[in-house]
Amino acid sequence: MVPVPGRLKRSQTSQLKGYLFISVLVNSNSELIRLINNAIKNDLASRNPTFMGLALHCIANVGSREMAEAFAGEIPKILVAGDTMDSVKQSAALCLLRLYRTSPDLVPMGDWTSRVVHLLNDQHLGVVTAATSLISTLAQKNPEEFKTSVSLAASRLSRIVTSASTDLQDYTYYFVPAPWLSVKLLRLLQCYPPPDPAVRGRLTECLETVLNKAQEPPKSKKVQHSNAKNAVLFEAISLIIHHDSEPNLLVRACNQLGQFLQHRETNLRYLALESMCTLASSEFSHEAVKTHIETVINALKTERDVSVRQRAVDLLYAMCDRSNAQQIVAEMLSYLETADYSIREEIVLKVAILAEKYAVDYTWYVDTILNLIRIAGDYVSEEVWYRVIQIVINRDDVQGYAAKTVFEALQAPACHENLVKVGGYILGEFGNLIAGDPRSSPLIQFNLLHSKFHLCSVATRALLLSTYIKFINLFPETKATIQGVLRAGSQLRNADVELQQRAVEYLRLSTVASTDILATVLEEMPPFPERESSILAKLKKKKGPNTVTDLEEAKRERSADVNGGPEPAPASAVSTPSPSADLLGLGAAPPAPAGPPPSSGGLLVDVFSDSPSAVAPLAPGSEDNFARFVCKNNGVLFENQLLQIGLKSEFRQNLGRMFIFYGNKTSTQFLSFTPTLICSDDLQPNLSLQTKPVDPTVDGGAQVQQVVNIECVSDFTEAPVLNIQFRYGGTFQNVSVKLPITLNKFFQPTEMASQDFFQRWKQLSSPQQEVQNIFKAKHPMDTEITKAKIIGFGSALLEDVDPNPANFVGAGIIHTRTTQIGCLLRLEPNLQAQMYRLTLRTSKEAVSRRLCALLSEQF
Amino acid sequence: MQFMLLFSRQGKLRLQKWYVPLSDKEKKKITRELVQTVLARKPKMCSFLEWRDLKIVYKRYASLYFCCAIEDQDNELITLEIIHRYVELLDKYFGSVCELDIIFNFEKAYFILDEFLLGGEVQETSKKNVLKAIEQADLLQESGESRSPISIL
Repeated sequence: MVPVPGRLKRSQTSQLKGYLFISVLVNSNSELIRLINNAIKNDLASRNPTFMGLALHCIANVGSREMAEAFAGEIPKILVAGDTMDSVKQSAALCLLRLYRTSPDLVPMGDWTSRVVHLLNDQHLGVVTAATSLISTLAQKNPEEFKTSVSLAASRLSRIVTSASTDLQDYTYYFVPAPWLSVKLLRLLQCYPPPDPAVRGRLTECLETVLNKAQEPPKSKKVQHSNAKNAVLFEAISLIIHHDSEPNLLVRACNQLGQFLQHRETNLRYLALESMCTLASSEFSHEAVKTHIETVINALKTERDVSVRQRAVDLLYAMCDRSNAQQIVAEMLSYLETADYSIREEIVLKVAILAEKYAVDYTWYVDTILNLIRIAGDYVSEEVWYRVIQIVINRDDVQGYAAKTVFEALQAPACHENLVKVGGYILGEFGNLIAGDPRSSPLIQFNLLHSKFHLCSVATRALLLSTYIKFINLFPETKATIQGVLRAGSQLRNADVELQQRAVEYLRLSTVASTDILATVLEEMPPFPERESSILAKLKKKKGPNTVTDLEEAKRERSADVNGGPEPAPASAVSTPSPSADLLGLGAAPPAPAGPPPSSGGLLVDVFSDSPSAVAPLAPGSEDNFARFVCKNNGVLFENQLLQIGLKSEFRQNLGRMFIFYGNKTSTQFLSFTPTLICSDDLQPNLSLQTKPVDPTVDGGAQVQQVVNIECVSDFTEAPVLNIQFRYGGTFQNVSVKLPITLNKFFQPTEMASQDFFQRWKQLSSPQQEVQNIFKAKHPMDTEITKAKIIGFGSALLEDVDPNPANFVGAGIIHTRTTQIGCLLRLEPNLQAQMYRLTLRTSKEAVSRRLCALLSEQF
Repeated sequence: MQFMLLFSRQGKLRLQKWYVPLSDKEKKKITRELVQTVLARKPKMCSFLEWRDLKIVYKRYASLYFCCAIEDQDNELITLEIIHRYVELLDKYFGSVCELDIIFNFEKAYFILDEFLLGGEVQETSKKNVLKAIEQADLLQESGESRSPISIL
């Protein structure tokens, strides 16, 4: 480095070469800078514009922190000084910008800011151009300082746009007036929200002019002309989207982009697809964007350029909503089969998110995910298949279908490991639902899974081992076979610690534990609490800061700023909405007790006041939900946008314990959270409920638990009501659901031989003791499922008692504190007529009636 | 703009202008990757691509690729025109510019670029003004002033 200063000294006319050397070759952190800074200072102080220009260029090119320290104070002065030459002003502005970018803290705001804004009115367009860039960047961090630039920019812009092509002379580029400056002014305007009406009017006119010009025939055939014209057009469209306030402009912009979608030039198609993505998220233009779906799908299929195809995928994702979800997901899946490997993971995530968000029918969702695994298994990340399992577990109605589909998919000769994982888990949990069919009997299921066992990685094998032990619990007939597998040397002495441990423990568990304990240990998985979809988080991480979802949130934040003042946070867009609410017809719980008073007597209702003592009417659809819980003890009782209530209960003789889980689905706290158990006057003496109070504050995304101790004092007919009140954001929420504590929960199954059964049957032959009901089957009449329901009801299922093998016979004892009531039941199905006849005989009429009513609903 | 690269069809770098501070190693890595990516593109493909978290705008003029890296919110079409304007300036200055001109007079190429873009932003869009400024600088160099302030070093 030593000869350098000498060289600069010797060859005096090499000042330019010296600066060039500095700017190109010297690293920002070189020590030589200090020496150079001195020289620059002198050049800046000289009044010679060429020297000043060179010095500024050098500073801008190097832009190191030391330079910023030395010159950040000087340059603003040069910039706004009246006697500075235009060319120097330009350089000064951009030089300051460069310094600000590297060391923002060293460039303080001061008097000069207002003078800089006035540079926007300068005659020299070069100065205006440079000043606009500077203001755009500064305004992002200090919007208040530069607010006045908005109206100046708008008027400057309209003057340019409406000028004749000879006005701006050398600043006209291929018949387009000052395109660079126009683009910069439009960018500056995007730093601010829509301006006041006076300015807004002029700006709208200006934007309309730009849109109009795009429709005029081109003034020149050269691509430069169209590029420059369209550059201004696209930036104008960006501004329109940013403002998101003039529906007319938005629709026009959308139509313009629609035209470009089919343009000859690839560049324009690419940009049109990109701009439309942002348009799709605006509520005004979302519908307009959707009309182009066929064009976009066509682009996806026929475009040669992979980057254009990728934009098309992004646009499909952005424009997806309930009406076109199935179509779009189908298209994306078929694209996935031939897509570039680098983009597969992103498409997989997007398909998974769309499938979940817009699934009306969850069987479609399961199919889509399994297809995803089949087509692009390697790129299906863990989040995706975790999610599908979570959803299958949370939704009862799709469990059977999932088991069946997964079973069929596994039969393919070569299936992806992820499919084995999903299949293994689902069959482990719900294999019993398809075990009735001889084609998917337990042993066949096991053999199918085990045939893939040796092809899988360690993690999958560990999962399969867990599935095997679950099989032992579900299907005792497979116990011996599975134990044989577990006992094999390859498992018990497996090199991998996890596999070995699992094999050993499961083997022991299956040998030692009684069926009860095994059943408890390997009970069905409880429903997962709803939380933010990790898939969404993963997609955001992958795509970086400018995904469509982020834009939506950013828009929402911006609109909050514009409206001023704090707004109650809307239900976060991030938590996955739960369409199951729609499936069950629950909808959103009414926020305040404005509905009619409920029909069940004994509840406190005050229709006119907002006071917390009022109780909301029962949430619609809670009857259906209630019925689901008669034969089972665990599940989700209620769900809406804000709250999920899950149950887990166990009963023993006349006592029971119920765990109620309240999940906060939002990201905001619930305050004054008060659940209350309400028993009607008739119910009160017969059912005793004891509970401890719950913490009144429930954090966002958290789950709290409430334990209820139940005792059946005497037989009862009605059900208690669970009323929950809490404050969410600024609103007051009130939800009521029936709590499924029914008489059959205290049913203890009793095994008995055929003779005993008929003996007792005859004993209970008085008319009050028998209740019979003939009803149409509501659900498909599947033998296995019916048996399962009867067992779930609490009764013992007696085989070989009824001469007719199609009939179901059950017996049990209802335990109350005071008495025990024996019950016998017989269910006769008529497959042809799709009807049932149910006969209940107990020693107490009320009990017979209640049990009959409860059980009739189940079939 | 974050940087501009000029390279030949064989991948030889002719000009590089960086508007963000990066270490030498990083610059070399970026150059290598980007040159590979752009050279792999077929002729009919569009001029924009996404690379890392930047947008790349490129255009081929005869045997040279002009490649600019811009940020997400910058306007792609106008960047294409920046490239074209730069080529026009070179053309006017050198008179029918070709790759050899740039190889042998790279310092002039850098000067022209500096008059046109500064700190990554367009400085002067009037072709006349830019060329005028370059002429003045040329004159200064040729006249060989004895009182050069840089001698204070």
